[in-house]
Amino acid sequence: MGDLGRQVGEGRMSEITYLEGIRQALFDEMERDPSVFCIGEDIGAFGGAFKVTEGLAAKFGDERVIDSPISEIGIVGAAAGAAHMGMRPVVEMQFIDFIANAYDILTNYVATARYRAFLPCPMVVRGPSGGYVRGGPFHSQNPEAGFIHTPGLKVVYPSTVADAYGLMKSAIRDEDCVLFFEHKYLYRRIKGELPAGDGAVPIGKARVAREGKDLSIITYAATVWKALEAAEQLEREDGLSVEVLDLRSLAPLDDEAIQATVRKTNRVLVVHEDTRTGGIAGEITARISESSFAWLDAPIMRVTAHDIPLPYAPQLEDFVLPQTSDVVRAARWVAAY
Amino acid sequence: MGSRRQATGGARQDAVAVERRTRNKGAAARPSALLSREQKLELYYWMRLTRTLEERLVALYRQTKVVGGLFRSLGQEADAVGSCFALERRDIMSPLIRNMGAMLVKGAAPLEILRQYMAKGDSPTRGRELNIHFGDLDRGFIGQISPLGDMVPVMAGVTLSFKMRGQDRVGLVYVGDGATSTGAFHEGINLAAVQKCPLVVIVESNQYAYSTPTWKQTAAKQMVDKAVGYGVQGLQADGNDVLAVYDVTKAAVDHARSGGGVTLVELITYRRKGHAEHDNQSYVPDGEIEWWAANNDPIDRYHGVLLKELGFTAPELDAVDARVRDEVDAATELAEQSPFPEPHDALQGVYADPAAETPLWFREGTRAAVERNERAEGWGTWDAKSGKGA
Repeated sequence: MGDLGRQVGEGRMSEITYLEGIRQALFDEMERDPSVFCIGEDIGAFGGAFKVTEGLAAKFGDERVIDSPISEIGIVGAAAGAAHMGMRPVVEMQFIDFIANAYDILTNYVATARYRAFLPCPMVVRGPSGGYVRGGPFHSQNPEAGFIHTPGLKVVYPSTVADAYGLMKSAIRDEDCVLFFEHKYLYRRIKGELPAGDGAVPIGKARVAREGKDLSIITYAATVWKALEAAEQLEREDGLSVEVLDLRSLAPLDDEAIQATVRKTNRVLVVHEDTRTGGIAGEITARISESSFAWLDAPIMRVTAHDIPLPYAPQLEDFVLPQTSDVVRAARWVAAY
Repeated sequence: MGSRRQATGGARQDAVAVERRTRNKGAAARPSALLSREQKLELYYWMRLTRTLEERLVALYRQTKVVGGLFRSLGQEADAVGSCFALERRDIMSPLIRNMGAMLVKGAAPLEILRQYMAKGDSPTRGRELNIHFGDLDRGFIGQISPLGDMVPVMAGVTLSFKMRGQDRVGLVYVGDGATSTGAFHEGINLAAVQKCPLVVIVESNQYAYSTPTWKQTAAKQMVDKAVGYGVQGLQADGNDVLAVYDVTKAAVDHARSGGGVTLVELITYRRKGHAEHDNQSYVPDGEIEWWAANNDPIDRYHGVLLKELGFTAPELDAVDARVRDEVDAATELAEQSPFPEPHDALQGVYADPAAETPLWFREGTRAAVERNERAEGWGTWDAKSGKGA
């Protein structure tokens, strides 16, 4: 193991951050498989805007950690071409907001490559996502819903260190394109230990973050932590037993885990940081209605961001985004229905 | 109207001027001078095959056996064939809609193309994609998609992988004059230029993008000028002179293979058919198509060169024409017998894992959906308000 390996790899028994978990997975996969390479803006010598790729260029060289022009179409397209030829590219969006620039090539080219042309396209597009960081309209977005709508793409959005590490490993090893959303609020706030062994986390499997029997909160990414906070408060103040399901993968969705929690508690709150209309909560609600309508004792309710471009000022951002107090209030309503 | 005539007339003059330039070069210095007699005849074969196969497709289209639209490359056969002929088997090429000839050179079979157009179940894409949108990495071509320009960054990545792995391989990507206006074209060629990828970008200036003439597409005087802005080599040739096309592309391919990086090659040609078969070309000035057909048909021109300059005989060329007719006849007969796709095959292969999607509930009968939704008695009925229940 090189410098980074010593820095992070040998410290596996101690706690590392969510960001370090992602970096460690990139490091481990690049070391394991010479076909893995990173491409993105300012990711080499500088180590990326958030330093996710720090140390990788020094270890693996400029040819495997490529500083690209400001070209989201270019780097996603180039990743696809390289992936066809047997490489395993990991593309960084400096902020995930800029993935919109690559929407055409991701949805029209990458997502359809296997189906229409039998072309393998194993690649990862990753980037810092999400709000609560005063980033304003273009450094705070959650554009995941736009991509779960596209057959051919996989989408993951971890909330813990172990999942950030394990899902990145699985994403790189997957035979298809995986969009890997990283929550920048969690980058340095969340710490955890890496599991012993390989630690790869399968794509498409949700995780019960907290067991409960009265009410299920289905969520992912940063709002997993808000749901957990809310669950503690509800137990303390209301005696409610709240289950929290962390989806981890958004495409494919873990229908089995969703059904299991619905049929266990019969009351569901779907929580996400993304805007409301066309958000994933709507899809989850429809699936529960189709599969488990008879199991519901209350309407499925959503706690989401307002349908507003995310504003900068703390007073505005906090108002637009869902907060723990919102989750508590909504959960009480659903529990009392 | 006046400016439109002038613009297209200007393109005509450009082609003539370029032809004169390439012709004036010493014949010995041209890579095409090193082609064997067989190879020179082969160029004629590929061009004739392109045209005859497309003519057959027109007949099938009129019989409604072609399911979707039909895209012709009439008048552009030399640019597709001559350029792709400069590649080695191990090189990778990505065609555009007027490059059926390039695909044939790369090993695509007329039978595959007929099955594609006829949406047959044993077509290269099993009915998933249309017309010549297909590829094969073993034979060295990658199928295009419809959003124009997208194949440029993809081929930047293909050739980046050659560079990273130290492989002696070159990539070639075709775009039309219209695609040069896209962001994907710009980002792709710029990235490839910075990375010094072994990539040849061929811009086919065929004067129209659907109905839009080139002068409405760009303020640049000629497409080859764009090379300067990207810091890459720019070359230009008469796209209707198959040997000139081969020469200029070979120079670009050699440049890429020797580590020189990207070349933008502009081939000046003319699209004599509409965007697709439905297009009545009402936007084309009177007489323009007829002028090109009478004075600058690439196959007529090469036919003349073979007879007058390269020592071939009329019976030799007639034999090629007959061979092409026989091959297209045989392929048509087979394609007509091909089965249509099995509908359930539509669910296969969106992902490697899972390998197939499941049909939706209304396709498997509604009973199962009802049963799945039934709530088991006495289970999961805990009441949060009263605190009673399981």
